[in-house]
Amino acid sequence: MSYFLEQVLNGLSYGLVLSLVAAGFAIVFTSTGVLNFAHGSVVLLGAYLVAVLHPTIGFWPALLVAMAGAALVGVAINTLLVRHLADPNPGTAAILMLGVDIVLLTELTRRIGNQVLTLGAPWGASVVSVGEVSLPTGRVVAAAVTVVAFAVLWYLFSRTDLGVGMRAAAADGPTASLMGIRLTRTAATGWALAGVLAAVAGIFLTSFPAPGVAPTVALSALAAIPAWVLGGFDSVPGAIVGGLLIGLTSALVTGYESDLHGVLGTGFGEVAPYVVMIIVLLVRPSGLLGSKEAVRV
Amino acid sequence: MSELPRRIAGLVLLLVALVLPLVLSDFWLQTGLFVMAMAIGAVGLTLLVGVAGQLSLGHAAFAAIGAYVYAWSTGEATTTVDGAGLPPMAGLVLAVVVSALVGAAFSPVAGRLRGIYLGLATLGLVFVVRHLLVNLDDWTGGFTGRSVEPFAVPGLSFSNRDPDYLAVAGVELEGLHRLWYLFLVLVLVACWLAGNLRTGRTGRAWANIRDSETAAAAMGIGVARAKASVFVVSSAYAGLAGAMLALAYGRIAPDVFSLTTSIDFLVMIVLGGLGSVAGAVVGALFVTALPLVLAQYSSALPFLASPGSGGLDPSTASRIAYGLAIIAVLLFLRGGLAGAAGRLRRRAGRGPSPSPAGPPPPGAAPAEPAPATPGSPHDVGHPAAVTPARSKETTR
Repeated sequence: MSYFLEQVLNGLSYGLVLSLVAAGFAIVFTSTGVLNFAHGSVVLLGAYLVAVLHPTIGFWPALLVAMAGAALVGVAINTLLVRHLADPNPGTAAILMLGVDIVLLTELTRRIGNQVLTLGAPWGASVVSVGEVSLPTGRVVAAAVTVVAFAVLWYLFSRTDLGVGMRAAAADGPTASLMGIRLTRTAATGWALAGVLAAVAGIFLTSFPAPGVAPTVALSALAAIPAWVLGGFDSVPGAIVGGLLIGLTSALVTGYESDLHGVLGTGFGEVAPYVVMIIVLLVRPSGLLGSKEAVRV
Repeated sequence: MSELPRRIAGLVLLLVALVLPLVLSDFWLQTGLFVMAMAIGAVGLTLLVGVAGQLSLGHAAFAAIGAYVYAWSTGEATTTVDGAGLPPMAGLVLAVVVSALVGAAFSPVAGRLRGIYLGLATLGLVFVVRHLLVNLDDWTGGFTGRSVEPFAVPGLSFSNRDPDYLAVAGVELEGLHRLWYLFLVLVLVACWLAGNLRTGRTGRAWANIRDSETAAAAMGIGVARAKASVFVVSSAYAGLAGAMLALAYGRIAPDVFSLTTSIDFLVMIVLGGLGSVAGAVVGALFVTALPLVLAQYSSALPFLASPGSGGLDPSTASRIAYGLAIIAVLLFLRGGLAGAAGRLRRRAGRGPSPSPAGPPPPGAAPAEPAPATPGSPHDVGHPAAVTPARSKETTR
């Protein structure tokens, strides 16, 4: 029983981290309509900046710099590239982001090389135990930080002019523009927010029990795409639900792999999120909490 | 612009492709084989993404299915892997058919989703297929993969044996040469078929769906059916490409068909110009050959370091180069290389035109892919151009 509980808690805390990444996908998609394939690389960039800077300026300042850096990269991608597409539509924008991802990821991979950089997080490799159940401290911190982050996001989107403007721009861009909302500003805010979330998620995806900052992190951040799709393309609460579901699924499948091995084969934990995603897309193409497009043909 | 110069150019290219293997070294022959295999996959993908407007990141999954079906059906059963021992010709046909069938099995998803949503669903396919390849090791050989039987028709094997010596104009035709000619025929047939599909009734229905599903339905096109059909066709192309890759490699492993391969296919068609068959082939040439050539000649290029030394090694350099190439093409070259070539031709044909920057006359070149929106290039910097309202309209 305690093993089961441990797997559930593991899955939920990992799922919360995924939902941070998924929320980044959702925010960029609603604010600019771009499927941001470079998001994984931005997650890696955040973790890399912390890993490189923490020996000189300490962990917390390094984290601040990483958040600012990731946000800046996001805003730069939007202003310098996405807005200047020769043929702007979601398809070409998605492919553009693949191009950005290739450049960013290749350069980061080259800089990191074969080493696994340490993060220098103050919680290190310690473990919190309550009764028979134990959980890495990093995961507990991650869960707490994620809850705070989503509280801040909720406040931003429902209580501030900027957030309400972003929602208006997402609902109907041209009308929002006529009402005096500056779409350039809401778009930039969206990309910056996604960058900050990516950097924070990057810390937790690379600290214990993960080995450290390595290029594979960008790929594991892609596991947030099923979470995002599951929750609904344009829904931040959906990202939380999706993240939790995907986290839970992969933790349970990985945790009970020895029992499932005969049926599903080895390493199904990595594939499970994508299987869930395909099934959800089949049953509910707009995700669990996403708004349905009113199109009937 | 008359058809004649194009025909002549095509004929010259064909002659060059026929003569080239007689003078090339093995390295260049091998590169050529990879390029031709990838070109067929890219042509299939350009029908799906460029003509019908459905994004797919799962092209490598279908290529993997084609490759493994060929390897399994032609291979002899050994102690480690299974094999059906069919004749290679049947294996090749089976590879294409099975890939198409798997594409058809995916059509409940492919027919309902559109644009980038389909792209996400197919992203999952790559991981699922990879998982199957690693785990069904009786058929696939697992992680390490399995070897591939050479292609053969009765009386002629596309390897170094049977007949042991075959020569044209004093040049011995070895396995690589023979495969080159086989692949050339396959590429020509595939391109001809794709060109006809695109300009025919089917292709016009696909293009109609890309531009507006509602309008397409109003004109009597079965939208879900047409979307499923383009997905099946592109899967069949991918399956053929996979089988050809298997033949070119001689041994296949799951890592050959990773997400990176899917992205490579997309990069090819974007560079070449979405919807253009010739563009897809040129894109395949660039994306496939660049890393191989850079790796081969890295010692001669002063700015490249040897792999592992921490400097700019050939594979890193070529990845960055084509990452930047995608960005540059999407920002500056509307319609990719094919679009740019078309504009050049029109300008040359018209002479000093009174308004060279004006929108191209509709129907000026029937073989051209219709530009999605012939608007002024100056309005693209406007932020409203990428707002979700616009995006919903174009994915529809």
